[in-house]
Amino acid sequence: MNKRIGERTLYFPSRPSVHGFYSVVGEKESQGPLKDWFDLSIGEGHFGEDSWEKAESKLMETAALGAINRAGLTPEQIQCFLGGDLLNQCISANYASRSLQIPFLGLYGACSTMAESLIAGSVFVDGSFGDYALCATSSHFCSAERQFRFPLEYGGQRPPTAQWTVTGSGACVLSSQGNGPSITHATIGKVVDAGITDLNNMGAAMAPAACDTLITFFKDTKTAPKDYDMIFTGDLGEIGKKLLHQLLQDQNFGAVDNLEDCGCLIFDNETQDTHAGGSGCGCSASVLNSYILKKMQKKELKKILFMATGALMSPTISMQGESIPGIAHLIQLEN
Amino acid sequence: MKNFSEKNYQKLVSQHEKSPWLKNIFWAFTVGGLICVLGEFILTYAKNMGLPKEDAGCVTSMTLIFFSGLFTGLGIFDKLAKHAGAGTIVPITGFANAVVSPAMEFKSEGFILGVGAKMFVVAGPVIVYGVSSSIICGLIYYLVKGGMPL
Repeated sequence: MNKRIGERTLYFPSRPSVHGFYSVVGEKESQGPLKDWFDLSIGEGHFGEDSWEKAESKLMETAALGAINRAGLTPEQIQCFLGGDLLNQCISANYASRSLQIPFLGLYGACSTMAESLIAGSVFVDGSFGDYALCATSSHFCSAERQFRFPLEYGGQRPPTAQWTVTGSGACVLSSQGNGPSITHATIGKVVDAGITDLNNMGAAMAPAACDTLITFFKDTKTAPKDYDMIFTGDLGEIGKKLLHQLLQDQNFGAVDNLEDCGCLIFDNETQDTHAGGSGCGCSASVLNSYILKKMQKKELKKILFMATGALMSPTISMQGESIPGIAHLIQLEN
Repeated sequence: MKNFSEKNYQKLVSQHEKSPWLKNIFWAFTVGGLICVLGEFILTYAKNMGLPKEDAGCVTSMTLIFFSGLFTGLGIFDKLAKHAGAGTIVPITGFANAVVSPAMEFKSEGFILGVGAKMFVVAGPVIVYGVSSSIICGLIYYLVKGGMPL
């Protein structure tokens, strides 16, 4: 059976459903506008560990175990763990899976990893390779800053276009059976590079990729933005969101008023000093596995698009003069 | 995507990149100026205590470096620098912060390969090019004036 529609959209006839989900966030996120939606706040960023990297790994492990627990399962019952994060060698996911002992595939799609893991998980479950797949991603402000930017106490100024890496993790268990929100379609993104070189303007680097995936999905499924209750992008931030609106208008989609960005939802940029908004794998992951899926459970949202966006940035190749490639993966969730 | 041109897009992006430069300049000037006033205060005080001019200059630098390092360690420096920008980076305070902050950050990798190896990761270029340019200036002075600068 051909499970492809149009140019590159996948269709999942078995409708893999979200069986259990869990979100863990840091202190700043737990003070933001979505504070009541998250499952756990770790407070101060160390989470009882002696380094930021170990803390992030524990974040993901906690979210993963939380999701497995919510699904009423044990780690032994999960047949595949698809996880990733922002750090070199995907250490948060690797070390989280060291203790979870679930067959593991590490993923890297920068901030788009949550959608990437959900697509891979849906393919796994829909292809009957297992009953349950675990999808999780994480990011940590402090571990990301030291890897990609400056030491925490360095006295530099962040431009208004800069975004704030979310300390958080989200995980969910996909199942071939169940009544939870189901993944019906997915579009795998292509790398789009619009020549942006500013490491402090990730939103601008990602917006063209987001636009490309979104219009491809609409074309492939012969639908339009108004067919969905909401369209959630990952972490475009205020500037990336504005640019995406502009690009969609240029592509004759008019004003899309049901488009929201997880990076804009998670922080109050004015009072929390987060400049253009939240970013990181943990941004879209923690918002999806709390606010979005809980709203779907309450039937406040019935049919949505979730498109996590990633700036595939590396400080090494950026210093060699390369621009920042963007990518966006999309899934359709339905009650 | 049809009708997409990188050039037009970059033009569109640049419209969204507006820094509050007037505010930044004001704070950089004010805080940077106050740090210099503080330096003058320490210098005058040291001279009045009977130190020779050159030693008094050393005391001034050392005092500013000490407080900059201390405030970096206490987590105050970056909060001030966020507003002051060039006002805290350009004086010697910025240099001290650029050495202390990575030393703190990379302590988790140990004292040798962490603190020791990474301490100059931010300030390293300043040292390399500062020393190099001083050598070049010295050479030019030597060739033009025909003697060592005093």
